[in-house]
Amino acid sequence: MKILGLYNYWIVIGLMMIGFYTMISRGNLVKKLVGLSVFQTSVMILYISMGKILGGTAPILIEGRENVVYTNPIPSVLILTAIVVGVATLAVGLALVVRIKEAYGTIEEDEIHEQDDVM
Amino acid sequence: MDDRVILRVGAKILIPFILLFALYVQFHGDFGPGGGFQAGVIFAAGFILYALVFGLGAAKAVLPPIVAHTCAAIGVMVYAGTGVVTLLLGGNFLDYNVLAHNAEHGQEWGIFSVETGVLITVFGVMVAIFYAFAGRRRSEP
Amino acid sequence: MSVVVDVALLAFLAVTAFAVMKQRNLFAVAMLSGIYSLLCAALYTMLDAVDVAFTEAAVGAGISTVLVLGTLALVGHEEKKPARPKVLPLFVVLVTGAVMVYGTLDMPPFGRADNPAHQHVAPRYIEKSGEETGVPNIVTSVLASYRGYDTMGETNVIFTALVGVLLLIATGERRRRLWSADERNGVVTEESSEPGEDGDG
Repeated sequence: MKILGLYNYWIVIGLMMIGFYTMISRGNLVKKLVGLSVFQTSVMILYISMGKILGGTAPILIEGRENVVYTNPIPSVLILTAIVVGVATLAVGLALVVRIKEAYGTIEEDEIHEQDDVM
Repeated sequence: MDDRVILRVGAKILIPFILLFALYVQFHGDFGPGGGFQAGVIFAAGFILYALVFGLGAAKAVLPPIVAHTCAAIGVMVYAGTGVVTLLLGGNFLDYNVLAHNAEHGQEWGIFSVETGVLITVFGVMVAIFYAFAGRRRSEP
Repeated sequence: MSVVVDVALLAFLAVTAFAVMKQRNLFAVAMLSGIYSLLCAALYTMLDAVDVAFTEAAVGAGISTVLVLGTLALVGHEEKKPARPKVLPLFVVLVTGAVMVYGTLDMPPFGRADNPAHQHVAPRYIEKSGEETGVPNIVTSVLASYRGYDTMGETNVIFTALVGVLLLIATGERRRRLWSADERNGVVTEESSEPGEDGDG
């Protein structure tokens, strides 16, 4: 029974590792940034799934009903901030990729290193 | 362009509803899912759709980039300004209880004004970033 | 029933993430990342985090996709074939994954109401938020009132991101030297306008 509860977490760790592998093994800069965003989103799933209470409901107060079990609101708040910070990072990263392309003519990591070594 | 009539007419019909929905999400963020961030992004999406269908020049005529940049700054000032107002009224920074005659009304006014600040900032930032990326000319290889 | 939906969503997510990794056409990668964000939004709704689902759908599937597509229009959309198989990244990823799985064996069971994460602060917010702030949505009241400083910092982060992007891409300068391959080789040229703004700043 414990394994079934852990199945959620293991799948999400698998997603995180796919995003992590995309980030560190691919040379294309845009692919790295998309891998970073996949990694971030998977970490958020892990965090939110720790706040879920089985049998609870969304944390919006229901008028006139007592003893309703609400899911923990705090992970939602923290992840809201994290999503927005993630898109801010993506925007600045993509702006840097545009400038790198204009300076080096390519966005493949090994070609950029070659041009730097030649200089 | 005849082959884009559907896009243009569809966008013209949809964009007012998108902007209205953004305002709905903003003001009903207290009672259901929603709030400043979501509303700001949806509001910006309306303008981005207009830019995608009618061209960047038309969108910049409707909402000049200087307005988007100013909105981004004004939103942050509204948020921090709420904190300064509560300081001037005798409470702590961002202590909404002092904003009205009783604590609960003060909290509602405080939450309303900071969510408005967040809406304005997020809207300005998303539109301005889109303008920056879309307005960049390709350098010839 | 919801278990079936959960399992199906997670399976789709895994397939999409794998496709993002393997696919070399970057337009397809941008679209797949939008699909990934939408599936995550559905998963958040299943996990009762409705505000987060809303934000993920709007920001992840909307703005992120638009930004990546805008960048691809400027930088080109085909990824080079990986030259040689990467053993070290695979090893690092497998070790990290194994360590994390080992870490989850110590975690409390999924979804129990007496987990440590639900003690101390969360019950206080749930009980007192209605009478202290008068706002039914607890996430909004925590975000805007109880943790208002964090949200102010977050607004500043978005604004700083805008400043960063403007400094990098939308400088608005008309006449300046283009840092081109010629220049790096010593041929000095004065460009009359740079591939920058085509409108105003």
